[in-house]
Amino acid sequence: MLSQIFHDPLTLRVAQAIGAATFALVVAYVAQWSGIRLQRETIVALVRGISQIIIVGVLLTFVLGKAQWLSTFVLLGMMLAGAVIAAQRTKHIPGVMQVTLRAILLGSGLVIGIMVILGVIDTTVATLIPVGSMLIANAMNTTALALDRFRAEVEAHTGQIEAGLALGAAPNVVIAPYVHAAVQASLIPSVNNLRSLGIVWIPGVMAGMVLAGSNPIVAAIYQFVVVAMLFATAGTTALLCTLFVRSHAFSPAAQLVLRPDGLRPLLTIPGNSHTAGTQLSDTDNRAHGA
Amino acid sequence: MLTSTRHDGGPAASHEPTMDPHSGRDVALETRHLSRSITGKVLVNAISVQVQRGEILAVVGPSGAGKSSFLRLINRLDEPTGGTVYLAGQDYYQLAPRELRSRVGMVMQAAYLFPGTVAENVSFGPRQQGKYLNPSEIDALLEEVGLAGLANQDVVHLSGGEAQRVSLARTLANQPEVLLLDEPTSALDERAEREVETLLTRILREQNLTALIVTHDMAQAARIAKRAILINAGRLVRVGTVQEVLNAESNLP
Repeated sequence: MLSQIFHDPLTLRVAQAIGAATFALVVAYVAQWSGIRLQRETIVALVRGISQIIIVGVLLTFVLGKAQWLSTFVLLGMMLAGAVIAAQRTKHIPGVMQVTLRAILLGSGLVIGIMVILGVIDTTVATLIPVGSMLIANAMNTTALALDRFRAEVEAHTGQIEAGLALGAAPNVVIAPYVHAAVQASLIPSVNNLRSLGIVWIPGVMAGMVLAGSNPIVAAIYQFVVVAMLFATAGTTALLCTLFVRSHAFSPAAQLVLRPDGLRPLLTIPGNSHTAGTQLSDTDNRAHGA
Repeated sequence: MLTSTRHDGGPAASHEPTMDPHSGRDVALETRHLSRSITGKVLVNAISVQVQRGEILAVVGPSGAGKSSFLRLINRLDEPTGGTVYLAGQDYYQLAPRELRSRVGMVMQAAYLFPGTVAENVSFGPRQQGKYLNPSEIDALLEEVGLAGLANQDVVHLSGGEAQRVSLARTLANQPEVLLLDEPTSALDERAEREVETLLTRILREQNLTALIVTHDMAQAARIAKRAILINAGRLVRVGTVQEVLNAESNLP
């Protein structure tokens, strides 16, 4: 319908975007009637989404055909942004930004690097940025899921964890079951993507290639390659982020600091042993044996 | 890093067991000005107390007074913001937290058992020290807490009282020098509470264990301990026989 009204491709796409956004807003209004408050969040997300993707489009127009090293910077910028977004989701974990940044940088960086060396990903800007961004986005989602689950598991099992510590166990031992649960939970979407590939889900790359006129079989194989890379990224990132976050859950004296009540054990301040009791004299407060 | 900078420089800083001048018996555990504050709130305020070897000390006080916080500091589950603890005359900052915790056992309000069998729970502590309990040692521990023959039972099938007994056996398996009991019967129903209390009293006496027991039940304090301390708003307000402390407690505002 729209293509009959608009003939210029850019105008047509803008009209399509308005159509899709209007429909999304209608859904948000319907949800509002059922008492689900989505309206504001949807508007913000829609505006944010369209602005971000247009900026990326402009950026891609600018970098396409330019020097390849530019794409490295674009990818690093995406990793940083991914780390910030993943950290916002799990900000109750002390020092979480360090965890998300290292996990996303290493997790997606490793897979992108290996795939470039193997020649699976072209080093052309036109391939590296879109494929790299998919891997980084997956690393970001995995990190957020793994950390959120880790936090929830730890907070739900504070008693068992402290009981283990009180029996002289090392933090790594008491935390192990919750680390496993977090890794498994964070990999569910990636495993599901692999399992449902083609049956319920023809993902973006294949859809794009087919729309652009590629041979569907070639498109399908490349899509499998991408989904397998997504899984590799998710697995690496999940393992790395749970490895890194362990040290943030405990103090150097093996005390659980990631607690639901926020009563985090304070670190020792050397030489303050009497400061908290200055208003009490020694004799007032000293209990000798009977 | 978290080591000897915390010395008071007092005479008991050596490794020699501290001798109490009043009784001549040795001191199993001593807290010196032990304190903890978080974001401006004082939870434990410079509590100094000595516990003799083989003594059972009741820790009483109104709810929210800081009794549990005090016990957690002794096990170093929380970090003190002031003061220290001497275990058999040694400053606990000189001990690795894991060694300290295997020597100072703690039984909490709830059993907090690990998924698995009773035997796996009971052998957990020694295993952390690289010791493996054989089945007869596990059976002996279970018999001690009245759960003979339950070694291979999955913990999900245990009643509240049974679970708390397993928790006690699990702590005793480490053969701790000092036992910290944080309201160990408060989460149980009346019958289980009495059973666990009787069991606890018998084990403490028979094994001549040193213990600190936090309780809100004054009658229980009187049944288990001879001496008690009263904590209010994080401060130690009274030390004495259980009766003296109970009288002081009833006079609290």
